[in-house]
Amino acid sequence: MSDKPRVPDECGVPSAKPFMHPTLKANYGKWKWHDRPRPGVLHHVAESGDEIWTVKAGTPRQLDVFTIHKLCDIADEFCDGHLRFTVRSNAEFMTPDESKVDTLIAKLEDEGFPVGGTGNSVSMISHTQGWLHCDIPATDASGVVKALMDELIDDFRNEEMPNRVKITTSCCQINCGGQGDIAINVQHTMPPRINHDMVSRVCERPSVIARCPVAAIRPAMVSGKPTLEVDEKKCICCGACFPPCPPMQINHAEYSRIAIWAGGKHSSTRSKPAFHKLVSANLPNNAPRWPECADVVKKILRAYKEDGRPWERVNEWIDRIGWPKFFELTGLPFTKFHLETWKGGREALNASSQVRL
Amino acid sequence: MAEKMHDTPMLDELESGPWPSFVTGLKRLAAQEDKPYADMMKDLLGQLELSYNTRMGYWKGGAVSVFGYGGGVIPRFSEVADKYPASSEFHTLRIMPSPGMHYDTKTLRKLCDIWEEYGSGLIALHGQSGDIMMQGCTSENVQKSFDEINKLGFDMGGAGPAVRTSASCVGMARCEHACYDTQVAHISCVNSVLDDMHRPALPYKFKFKFSACANDCTNSIHRSDCSVIGTWADDIQVDQEAFKQIVADRGRKEIIDQVIAMCPTRALSLNDNDTLDVDNSSCVKCMHCINVCTKALSPGKKRGATICVGGKRSLKIGDLMGTVVVPFLPLETEEDYEALVELGENIIEFFAENALEHERCGEMIARIGLPNFLEGLGIEVDPNMIIHPRISSYVRIDGDEWEEEVGKWNQRKAVAAE
Repeated sequence: MSDKPRVPDECGVPSAKPFMHPTLKANYGKWKWHDRPRPGVLHHVAESGDEIWTVKAGTPRQLDVFTIHKLCDIADEFCDGHLRFTVRSNAEFMTPDESKVDTLIAKLEDEGFPVGGTGNSVSMISHTQGWLHCDIPATDASGVVKALMDELIDDFRNEEMPNRVKITTSCCQINCGGQGDIAINVQHTMPPRINHDMVSRVCERPSVIARCPVAAIRPAMVSGKPTLEVDEKKCICCGACFPPCPPMQINHAEYSRIAIWAGGKHSSTRSKPAFHKLVSANLPNNAPRWPECADVVKKILRAYKEDGRPWERVNEWIDRIGWPKFFELTGLPFTKFHLETWKGGREALNASSQVRL
Repeated sequence: MAEKMHDTPMLDELESGPWPSFVTGLKRLAAQEDKPYADMMKDLLGQLELSYNTRMGYWKGGAVSVFGYGGGVIPRFSEVADKYPASSEFHTLRIMPSPGMHYDTKTLRKLCDIWEEYGSGLIALHGQSGDIMMQGCTSENVQKSFDEINKLGFDMGGAGPAVRTSASCVGMARCEHACYDTQVAHISCVNSVLDDMHRPALPYKFKFKFSACANDCTNSIHRSDCSVIGTWADDIQVDQEAFKQIVADRGRKEIIDQVIAMCPTRALSLNDNDTLDVDNSSCVKCMHCINVCTKALSPGKKRGATICVGGKRSLKIGDLMGTVVVPFLPLETEEDYEALVELGENIIEFFAENALEHERCGEMIARIGLPNFLEGLGIEVDPNMIIHPRISSYVRIDGDEWEEEVGKWNQRKAVAAE
């Protein structure tokens, strides 16, 4: 080889200083208060008296360069060539000039970027990679999100929920999407099908056995070849064996289904952070628009919107009204599968005489 | 010869509706006949349509990296390359953005240009960990594109059993709630462990996340192994005149129902003259009253962070939230930030030495017990670490250990009293 490879400049995380809008930079750490003049717009006031208006717009997250250039054009025209993104893939456009806000909103809407996602709205659904790029997905996150956001766009554009609603999706049970007020996650319902010819070639068997959370995998010999077998009665169909051992195919066109979870929360605001809980399962993985998932999500949102008190997150609303009322208001069925049976499962049972009748 | 556009009736259905469509973006790239990536994107659309029809994924991993680094590239080889040859290799480069994900358009456009020259033209802003995801690169172009991205001042993020790319909230750049400088914390913590990011050799992934208050806009407590959440150690700042104005504007009932009664520790009371009474020793710095009365209330002046360790999702023993390991770490001086960096390094070092393969930090702590973790890090035990003391009666206390621990407690109290 004549060309020597370039040694990387191990520069790490770059400074944000050159990228921040000049008004943010000038007032760094010196902000005093903020309000929201209208849905989709934040207004921050600094100790210096400087003000900045932020217009938040939804994006598809998976961005072609032309869409990014379009976002840049808007930032050049209205925001002195700066913009930022939120962790939920919304783009934020900032300007110190209040008179630009209305035209900026109109421009964004015109170019197809809905303005909203602030305050007590349903923000952009955070999503994972799915069929587009992941090596283990049972569904496509981008498609679920696009289909759902089409249905929820009014709740994105307005601030009419009791508190903010964060929805997440995940394409396998590792659940990269994380916790959500509502979570839309793959639920496998059949143990993995094993390609015995391939196991010994591509899998490190002891580490696959170690991955199983219920010790359902054991070594085996099939046709004289070392492989693995699954105790199908013990198997909880989590799919943890699939990433380290692709011949243990967990994904299935029919039996990989979708479950809906509710009441997850990360913030320590008011109540402590909470994990989302199973509310519905066995929904079909119905590409390209997953209408059955949208139906359940909308049932939960409708009940929460009508019955939640101001500032109650979904989990706090359920804490107040109780799970019996949750299942009544949403019309979702309660089954034996809602009972926790995992380690420490008794902690999720009602050890009191406090019942809601 | 240019490939034909595949029919994509399933994906086409995702082009309608008011939310911006990723499918329209993919097709736009596929239609750029004069660009090197057009065929790749045509076949990508073909493969994706196949997935929508069969409800199965068709990517497998592999080993692709750049010179000098062991991680950061997510290799993707198609299992249906015979049908869709142009997208047979569709790797992702994980690139770290600036803390708070700020950009100037010049830089963002340069990233686009690089990705049009060497990649697919498809970029995710951003991945779940917080990476700029440059998606769709052939094995041949991985090094070339990284060289250009790196020359622009961006570095590779994490993948595999390594320190991962971090995320931080907007923080002091535009938020009056910010209790510490997330940008400084993020850059200094991650950049001090770049070796563990770029040369994956940890038992499993390790994530930092930085939120400047308890609103935890980066979801750090569950989505990171080391969660740094801003807080304060003195009294909430109350502008009583502004508070009275809020009461006048919104009415007493609303203030009682939506502010006073929602305090999780009943630390608030509305005085007869419509000023606010705060029992600061009961306040848990949850941010609710400050969030809903931003003009009147703000965090205290003695600022820093609570460090929670062990958050993670699913696998092995199930979900874990991070739990308190350092109740209050002051973050005001340069030395304070150095102490945070050292804490991060120490946690990673302990994790590297004591976790089992494929075990997350929280799982390791659950296995060995919090006392052993604290001892390994030289952190003193604190009642803020628990919801309640032990319930199980099976506790072993050897010899004089109880008295020794009581002695330490008394000593700490004496030091604190000074």
